[in-house]
Amino acid sequence: MTHEFILSGFGGQGVLSMGKILAYAGLMEGKEVTWMPAYGPEQRGGTANVTVIISDDPVSSPILSTYDTAVVLNQPSLDKFESKVKPGGTLIYDSYGINVPPTREDISVYRIDAMEKAAEGDMLKVFNMIVLGGVLKIHPVVSLESVLQALRKTLPERHHHLIPQNGQALRLGMDLVREG
Amino acid sequence: MKGNEAIAHAAIRTGCDGYFGYPITPQSEILETLAAEKPWETTGMVVLQAESETASINMVYGGAASGKRVMTSSSSPGISLMQEGISYMAGAELPALIVNVSRGGPGLGTIQPSQADYFQTVKGGGHGDYRLITLAPASVQEMADFVDLAFTLAFRYRNPAMILSDGAIGQMMEKVVLPEYRPRRTEEEIAAGCPWATTGRKGLRSPNIITSLGLRSEEMEAINLRLQAKYREIERKEVRYEEYLTSDAEYLIVAFGSAARISKKVTSLAREAGIKAGLLRPITLWPFPSERIASLCGQVKGILSLEINAGQMVEDIRLAAGGRIPVRWYGRLGGIIPEPEEVLEELKKIAAL
Repeated sequence: MTHEFILSGFGGQGVLSMGKILAYAGLMEGKEVTWMPAYGPEQRGGTANVTVIISDDPVSSPILSTYDTAVVLNQPSLDKFESKVKPGGTLIYDSYGINVPPTREDISVYRIDAMEKAAEGDMLKVFNMIVLGGVLKIHPVVSLESVLQALRKTLPERHHHLIPQNGQALRLGMDLVREG
Repeated sequence: MKGNEAIAHAAIRTGCDGYFGYPITPQSEILETLAAEKPWETTGMVVLQAESETASINMVYGGAASGKRVMTSSSSPGISLMQEGISYMAGAELPALIVNVSRGGPGLGTIQPSQADYFQTVKGGGHGDYRLITLAPASVQEMADFVDLAFTLAFRYRNPAMILSDGAIGQMMEKVVLPEYRPRRTEEEIAAGCPWATTGRKGLRSPNIITSLGLRSEEMEAINLRLQAKYREIERKEVRYEEYLTSDAEYLIVAFGSAARISKKVTSLAREAGIKAGLLRPITLWPFPSERIASLCGQVKGILSLEINAGQMVEDIRLAAGGRIPVRWYGRLGGIIPEPEEVLEELKKIAAL
């Protein structure tokens, strides 16, 4: 079983960290993982995307042209990656700032209003975990417990008191995500 | 962890004595990781940010002359600056590790991944008749594993060795098992293991002279012949490669590093499309697996060289194939990485010949 994700949004939204935590969670479950960022001169406000592959077998190419699941957090990312979801695959998008919603009918489309909810609830710092919660609700490739373990592994000790808040965000995302 | 971080951790764990480097994307995490790990407080390894790449490589020359396990790392433009020092080290027969996490050129180019430094690495780069032992990792695990391997080969043959990687492998995160901790060699171990090194003669032996200078032509020819004999021995003994699905292959992809990862996927896609494809991945770019490619030419009907450059390794494949079967190149330039599907289309064209 192999699941190929593309996660994409603005720099500063936590796209790369979300990918890293997803990959680490896979690692915690003994899976093969690859995290391949589109690194560049981009900083906050620019575009950022990362390919995450979680597999039971060794991963071949870290560079892909199509994906099982695209998680897109802004219009440029949606424009770029909607066409790159494999037929029968999944597109999950945050509706904030989306003027032209996805149109494909041969894939499953889900919407998560994570940015709106994060802004309301003073949860902007864990926005990416709300999104990840939604992703894992649709495709439980790793367990919530593994994600929390990954957070313990990747966050510096001084931030460990924030892990419960991340857990809340993950659960909120699971409730928020819906078809559409 | 990232490929770059794996290099740094592996160096600390396998008894590296010193790192001298200057930051450049996409490999700065090597120096950053070393600075964060502070090995000078634990193993005693020296980590120094030099004032330039030229200074770095000459610090490596100095450390290597005293028998130490020393290294540097950079990316393409920085490696160009080091070429004089690399040629001097090859001439003076000094073991050292140089890591190139390459990016797109020519010139300042781009910070995105590229394999366009193949020629520079295996065909000279610096001046004179010399060779650089070249290892091409295709995973984060190999980034970690090849540090010790490169040092081992460098010391076995008293020759500089290079890890030729690229921005994709350097920036990618994967699972990695780091090597076991091993202490740095003691001064006594260095003196015993490297009798040529300038470790201090203490009045007990004649001086060891490390130089690449030989002003008398006869003397310089003799040095060159000795170097060439050493290079032939390395070509006989140290060729490394990996094969994937070659036993029944009718078409062969040859690719190294990140291009080999893409090719593995292409091989599977090709087999689904009814083309019996296999992959040969050179692990050593020099010495090159010419003999194995030559023998596979008796089995396969065509070869595709996938490179993230304008076609460099394809020349060595053609030399090995000797015109017996078609050998074609495919690649992308300027920091763009080819996608598996476009490579499959190229393979289909060869299969249709």
